[in-house]
Formats: sequence, C-alpha cells, structure tokens
Amino acid sequence: MASVSVKNLDLSFGSVKVLQNLNLEIEKGEFLVLLGSSGCGKSTLLNCIAGLLDVTGGQIFINEKNVTWNEPKDRDIGMVFQSYALYPQMTVEGNLSFGLKNARMPRGEIAQRIQRAAKILHIEPLLKRKPAQLSGGQRQRVAIGRALVRDVDVFLFDEPLSNLDAKLRAELRVEIKRLHQTLQDNTMIYVTHDQIEAMTLADRIAIMRGGAIQQLADPHTIYNKPVNKYVAGFIGSPGINFLDGNAIEGATPSFDAQGIVIPMDRYAFAQTPQPKPAVFGIRPEHVLHGDAAVGQAFSQQVAVDVIEPMGSDTLIWSKLGPQDFRFRVDGQADLSVGDQVLIGFDPANASAFDAQSELRL
Amino acid sequence: MVEAVAGPAGPRPVRALSRRNIILYGTLIVIAIYYILPLYVMVVTSLKGMPEIRLGNIFSPPVEVTFQPWVKAWAQACTGLNCDGLSRGFWNSVVITVPSVVLSIVIASVNGYALANWRFRGANIFFTILIFGAFIPYQVMIYPLVIILREIGLYGKLPGLVLVHTIFGMPILTLLFRNYFTSIPEELFKAARVDGAGFWGIYFKIMLPMSLPIFVVAMILQITGIWNDFLFGVIYTKPEAYPMTVQLNNIVKSVQGVQEYNVNMAATILTGLVPLIVYFVSGKLFVRGIAAGAVKG
Repeated sequence: MASVSVKNLDLSFGSVKVLQNLNLEIEKGEFLVLLGSSGCGKSTLLNCIAGLLDVTGGQIFINEKNVTWNEPKDRDIGMVFQSYALYPQMTVEGNLSFGLKNARMPRGEIAQRIQRAAKILHIEPLLKRKPAQLSGGQRQRVAIGRALVRDVDVFLFDEPLSNLDAKLRAELRVEIKRLHQTLQDNTMIYVTHDQIEAMTLADRIAIMRGGAIQQLADPHTIYNKPVNKYVAGFIGSPGINFLDGNAIEGATPSFDAQGIVIPMDRYAFAQTPQPKPAVFGIRPEHVLHGDAAVGQAFSQQVAVDVIEPMGSDTLIWSKLGPQDFRFRVDGQADLSVGDQVLIGFDPANASAFDAQSELRL
Repeated sequence: MVEAVAGPAGPRPVRALSRRNIILYGTLIVIAIYYILPLYVMVVTSLKGMPEIRLGNIFSPPVEVTFQPWVKAWAQACTGLNCDGLSRGFWNSVVITVPSVVLSIVIASVNGYALANWRFRGANIFFTILIFGAFIPYQVMIYPLVIILREIGLYGKLPGLVLVHTIFGMPILTLLFRNYFTSIPEELFKAARVDGAGFWGIYFKIMLPMSLPIFVVAMILQITGIWNDFLFGVIYTKPEAYPMTVQLNNIVKSVQGVQEYNVNMAATILTGLVPLIVYFVSGKLFVRGIAAGAVKG
C-alpha cells in the first residue's frame, strides 16, 4: 500500500516552473531521501507534501486519501525543520504539547504522549526548559519530538541536520535511523543535500535536479548503476572519474579514451553499443594499483602527480593519456610524487554515458 | 632574537582623558547644554512669579519658588468660555489617544501579520496602496474627511477624531509590523501550521509573544503622534472636545490681558509631559525594538 503518492505534480511561482509533472510513490514504512543540490526543488516538493505550498496542478495522496487541498494538520504528517523552528516563548513541554492542544486532546493523553516521546528521544530532563537553554542537538531532538507526539503516519524532515556541527550530525543521523527502526510503520521523507546522510539513511533515494527526479532507486543501485552522468557525478566522494572519448563497436566493444583503449566486453550495456562520442566513468575506489592491478581487464602505468592524504585513505591524482585520473590508495601506502604506478580496474564496475544525452549506455 | 616574555608586551594602554577624548566629550557636553537650555528656561520661568519675570533675567534661578503658575495652568486658565484650565484638554486628549492607539495598533498588527505570513491574492497591490498612503500629504484629505465624517454623523465628536487617527496611523504601522513579522523565521510559522494552529491561533500564541518590542515601538510612535497632534484636533472636534494641544495654543495665544509667561511655560511643560514620560519609561524597549526592526527587517 502506498503511504504517500504524488501524481503529476506541477508547481510554479509565477512564470518559474519549479516542479513539473512529478510522480512519486512511497511505500508504507519506507525511508525515502530526496537528494539534490540547492535549488533543485527538493524542499519545495516536501513543502507541497506537507501542504505548506499550494500546488499548481496534480494530486497528492497520503494513506490513499486525496489531500491535495487539505490543511497541513489534516494530512497526518509531522515535520522537522532545518532551523528547528521551536516556539521560543514556550518550554520544551509547551512545544511538544502545542499541536495536541490545538487538536483539543484531553490533558491526560497529552501528558502520556509527551512522556513517551521524551523517553524515546532522551529529553526527559529538559521538559521544563526553554529552547534558548538547549544546545543545537537537543533542540533538534525536541523538534523531532514535536512530530513524534502527534502520532502521525508520515514524518517529513527538511534538512534537519544541516545546522549541526559534523560530530553531532553523525550522532543524530544514527539516532534518526534508530528511530525509523523503532517506528516501523512510519513513512519518512527526508530532504538533504548531504550524500552521506542519503546513503546511510535511505531505503530509496530520489536524486532531483531542476525540479525533476533523475533517479529513484536504493542507495546500492544509485551508487553502482547511476542512470545518467549527473547522478554519477553527484554521488560519491571523492567524485567519479570521467574520461571523454568514443565508444567503439567490434567483436569486443571497447572505449577509446583519447588514445587509451579500454576493453568493454565485461561491461553490462544498457543499450546495444554503437560507435559514438561517450563518457567513461570509474570511481576512484574501484581502481586498484600495484600487484592487485595485475591481471585486471584494464591496466596501465601512470605517474603520480598530486597526493592528497585524508587519513584513512589517500587520493592520488595522475594522468590517463591526456586526461586527469584520480584513484584511491590505502592511507598507509608509501607513494611520492613522480612515482610510476601500475593501476588497473574492472570495467564491470564502470559506468558509460552517451556524451550527448548523458544517459547510461 | 627577542626573549619570550610572560604576558603582553609594552605598557598597558592608558584610559585617562586623552586630547581626543576631551574634544569628543566637550562637543557632546556643549550640544547637550544647547538642547537642555530651553527646557531649563521653561522650568525656571514657570516657578517664578510675574514680578520676577519682568526683571528680565531669564537664566537666573527663581528667588522665590512658587507653584501658583502650575496650579493656574492646570485648573484655572481660561480658554474661550471655560475657565477650568488644561485639565479639560488633558482628559480630552486621554479619551482621544487611548482608543486611537489601541485600535490602530490592533488593526495594523493583524494587517502586518496577514501581509507577512498569509500571502493572499493581491497582497502586494494592497500593500503598495497602503504604503502609498503614507506619502500623500494629509492636508489633501482634510476636506473630504470633513464631509465623510459629517455624512456618517461623527463630525465634531471624539469617535470621529479617533477614527481619523486610526486611519492615518495605518500605513506606517502596517509597514512596521509587516517588516517585523517578516523577520520572524518562516519555518516557525510553518511549524505552527503543521501543528494545527489557524490564523488567530498563530497570531496570538506564536507571533504576539515574540513581538513585544515592536508593539512598544508602535505604542510610542502612536502615543506621541496622537498626543502632539494639533491639526486634526482643531479641525475635527468642537471647543468643548479640544485636545490638550489645541487648548494649550488657545491659552498661550490669548490676546486679552497680560501675557503670563510663567503660566504659559507651566502649561507647555504639562502638555509635553505625557510623551516625555512614555519615552523615559519605555526608552530601553524602544531602542531594542527599533534595532530589531531595522537589522532584521
């Protein structure tokens, strides 16, 4: 059963079309992440689902009920904002109970729900405090609690961790994941521009660009089989290597990266290969070097240009033919600028895209 | 090589009066005296008897302090047929100011809130027209307003003047409130909507408690503006309903009898006392509110 479904959604501000003919089906209990750079329409889509923006066209269903024109409170949703959006003049308890009081819930029931939410989020000692007396992490917990007490089916998160520092972000990320495992029946839609958050939390990721969904798939597929060049470049850190060149047809199809020929017989083509300009993408972490590179379907000697140590691993910049090529080596590897290294990879791990349409080949 | 020393190097900066400070403070003191001198003259003169004033030493302190001019200004000075002093005008002004201030602030704050948060269709046009109103010299509207008030039967009555003050306060107050409410994070408003609060629920429970400074600013602007108003008071009311400013003018400008400077001074101070007290009491909040509106608006 679909928990949230968005059908042919259009949204425009004046003549600017932000979302165009967008379709999305989210299963009950699913954790869906809307991922994209700023201005791609991901927050706008979330606001449409929440009912905070009036849609221009299309429909939104929550729990099989058409809620396109319903007020936010009648949609069975709870929302968590980037800036926490706690009511500054109310205590934590007041913040949690505000929605319940608006729904005219009996006082006993309110107290019970607050207790339960406070316990889940470990904010019991903070109930009497004002938001100004809380740290960022505590505030965001309260903000999550405000959605939790309302006992809704769908949680909407609008970049909830973006205001926190890196350490706290990692901590709260795990807690959100844990929360989702605890509340198995609750659908969660989570907007972020952080691919780590997206990869770690999501059951499925929807990568958005220019108001349209580029790819909607589980993190594994998004990472390994990006549907187009944009998705391939967006996901992954350090970013994927792109080599410009031509696809070559033949007994064994191959790829000519400006003089360097990569055999493509092990690559699973999405369409019958044709000779045409194309882009070959391989992730730095899929490139092997040294002894491990021996025997790979493709291998080549390269010179080390730049070394970027990152602790756990080190990123090496080199040239493959005339083009920049990065690969990852272990953080303890002993390499210095100018060294000759044998690198190799299995084209089965690669992705190739049409140079023109940028779609996966 | 410089030896590592414990603590900062060099002598501690001196905080005493430097040459620059003397010029700065000197200028400030001179300006302060310039502004406070008229007030000093007024207070001193109002405490003198007429014979002492006739000596002509307006800066000298009173030899014999008398409060008679104050009593006369408040309770006995004559304007037209009435000889009950400024007290009548004071109460008229109170009756005009209080409802005008309350009414205009209530309406303007709701206006500002609706314009800032509930972007209804035509909100921009509505706002433009309202702001345009602030730039029309209001002398243009005096005569039409006289006719309108006459037609609805409020001409010459206090409710009529209250209505005029409320309307004329609208553009600037709405602008003030709209800018303030715009500065309140939009996510707060969204969160309240998700929490099921409606138009009035959000206004009273979320927006109002966060807006005390701007309400104080609006209050001060309106109290001083309406209390000091002369033009509308003299046009839209009748002598028995004149506000304090009009009555003050009539006392000071009377052409019959001797000019009682001490009474005039006392009457003027009395009239100016209300805005002055408002400033003193709420000055701190005023500055905070102006800053809040300015920085974030």
